[in-house]
Amino acid sequence: MINVALPKGRLGEKVYAMFEAAGYECPSIKENNRKLIFENPERGIRYFWVKPSDVSIYVERGAADIGVAGKDILLEYNPDVYELLDLNMGKCRMAVAAKKGFYDDGQKTLRVATKFKNIAARHYASLCREIDIIKLNGSIEIAPILGLSDVIVDIVETGTTLKENDLEVIDTIVPISARFICNKASFKFKTAEIERIVKHMKAQVDAHD
Amino acid sequence: MIDQTYLRPEDRAVLSLRTLYRQYGYLPFKMSKFEEYDLYVQNKDFLVSDRIITFNDMGGKLLALKPDVTLSIIKNVENRAGCKQKVCYSENVYRVSPSTHHFKEIMQTGLECIGDIDTYDLYEVITLAAASLACISPNYVLDISHLGVLSAILDDLRPDETLRREIARCVGEKNAHDLRRVCEEHRIGEEDTKLLCDFVGVYGTMDEVLERLSPICAAHEAATIAVAELTALRDHLRATPYADHVRFDFSIMNDMNYYNGMVFRGFLDGICEGVLSGGQYNKLMRRMGHKSGAVGFALYLDLLESLPAEGESYDVDVLLLYDATTPSSEVAATVAAIRESGKTVSAQRAIPDKLRYRETKDIRKEASV
Repeated sequence: MINVALPKGRLGEKVYAMFEAAGYECPSIKENNRKLIFENPERGIRYFWVKPSDVSIYVERGAADIGVAGKDILLEYNPDVYELLDLNMGKCRMAVAAKKGFYDDGQKTLRVATKFKNIAARHYASLCREIDIIKLNGSIEIAPILGLSDVIVDIVETGTTLKENDLEVIDTIVPISARFICNKASFKFKTAEIERIVKHMKAQVDAHD
Repeated sequence: MIDQTYLRPEDRAVLSLRTLYRQYGYLPFKMSKFEEYDLYVQNKDFLVSDRIITFNDMGGKLLALKPDVTLSIIKNVENRAGCKQKVCYSENVYRVSPSTHHFKEIMQTGLECIGDIDTYDLYEVITLAAASLACISPNYVLDISHLGVLSAILDDLRPDETLRREIARCVGEKNAHDLRRVCEEHRIGEEDTKLLCDFVGVYGTMDEVLERLSPICAAHEAATIAVAELTALRDHLRATPYADHVRFDFSIMNDMNYYNGMVFRGFLDGICEGVLSGGQYNKLMRRMGHKSGAVGFALYLDLLESLPAEGESYDVDVLLLYDATTPSSEVAATVAAIRESGKTVSAQRAIPDKLRYRETKDIRKEASV
């Protein structure tokens, strides 16, 4: 039995559709109820929906053998897992944004508001830039508008929210997409099954490209 | 005589592994719980975590609660040409848990072979690593890698230190997609990029892997030495009962500044991370001023707690109930009789809330009235 942690939401539904197309369907998952775990013993697969940022924890701790997590989460929490495939979906970028016209003269400590403090810290450390990280849990865009921070480090998909708040991207840190991850110990004991799933998923990704 | 049935998996492991290591002449190495902090400052990248519990001793010297055993063993090793020391240990180390970010006491058992080590010593240690896993569970995998293969490829590509680390990270994650991206960003040629990405996918049984390594040897001559060593190891392991449990997997990536040659990691079915980690660390020996080589491994016994429990649905077989009027001699005689029948027993005057028992034996005098 392969345990799969799926991220709740639109991305998770798209990912499940890929599993289904690969022959790992589980009809009960489409029933309208409050169940969280869905199993198809014939296909040897069990799915469960979890908060997207928790997928890597379930996989790293072995509660799930495999899962799908955003690269942003993997970069931020650095879980000890295998990253077997880039699903090329949920594409966006981790970027630095600031109020339009902002100019960083490098003369003072840069105040950075973000949900992703590790990514931000690594990025500015690579530039030898001294920063003050302000950890926020949501509505990051408001921070520079209210003068809480000079810049933000956040995920940018279309840039509409930034534009509507008079902000602009000033630097791209890294492109982000959904990744197929696997628990390292599970890979040792369920190699053939996991490889089979990866092969089917990769075929779909390649066909889509 | 110790009945191992009632021991925890980690206690059972310590007993059987100590016997196993002594059979091969590994002598127990007893060390102090404390070590001078300086030892770790000089080699902090070798440690799993650089956060260490420190304190001042009575003379003002800064000491640390040991976060690692290997460094202390190397520090105390004799450096005589032609000699080698074989030691084993069971020690607690103190490290920060990556999940809770708090210090944790971790029980480690392991062995080190230090000195003028040769091919036999390497085989012996790797065989003992496999035997250690087999002692604990029949469902185990020992992954072995040779850092010389990736080093050979990287030495020819001459990447800077950052790129070297990036490539090693991708190989460790079996992450071919990001590796391709990294190669493209650094303008590595298509042929080398393809070879590196293919290398990420090279894992499996010893025979399968050796076959797939030939294109790498053809392109990078220095890799042939590492592959020849892996081939010789395969031939050695074939003669042991462990061969079917051994895989070659290059995602095993110990720090290349300390380790060289073969590195390995052991996994047990039911435990979500590697329980055994080891390898050759001649580079660490050089950094600590020794000319000789070393190979060893550690088993993280605390992880054995996650092994599926066997036969633990009851705490005792018999709950023996007595009361104030029951003579102690009668309680003692009944306990002895139950024990002699091979059962475990808990003598109590009232039924404990949380005790799980198979059956009760009631010798309360008041009850029979």
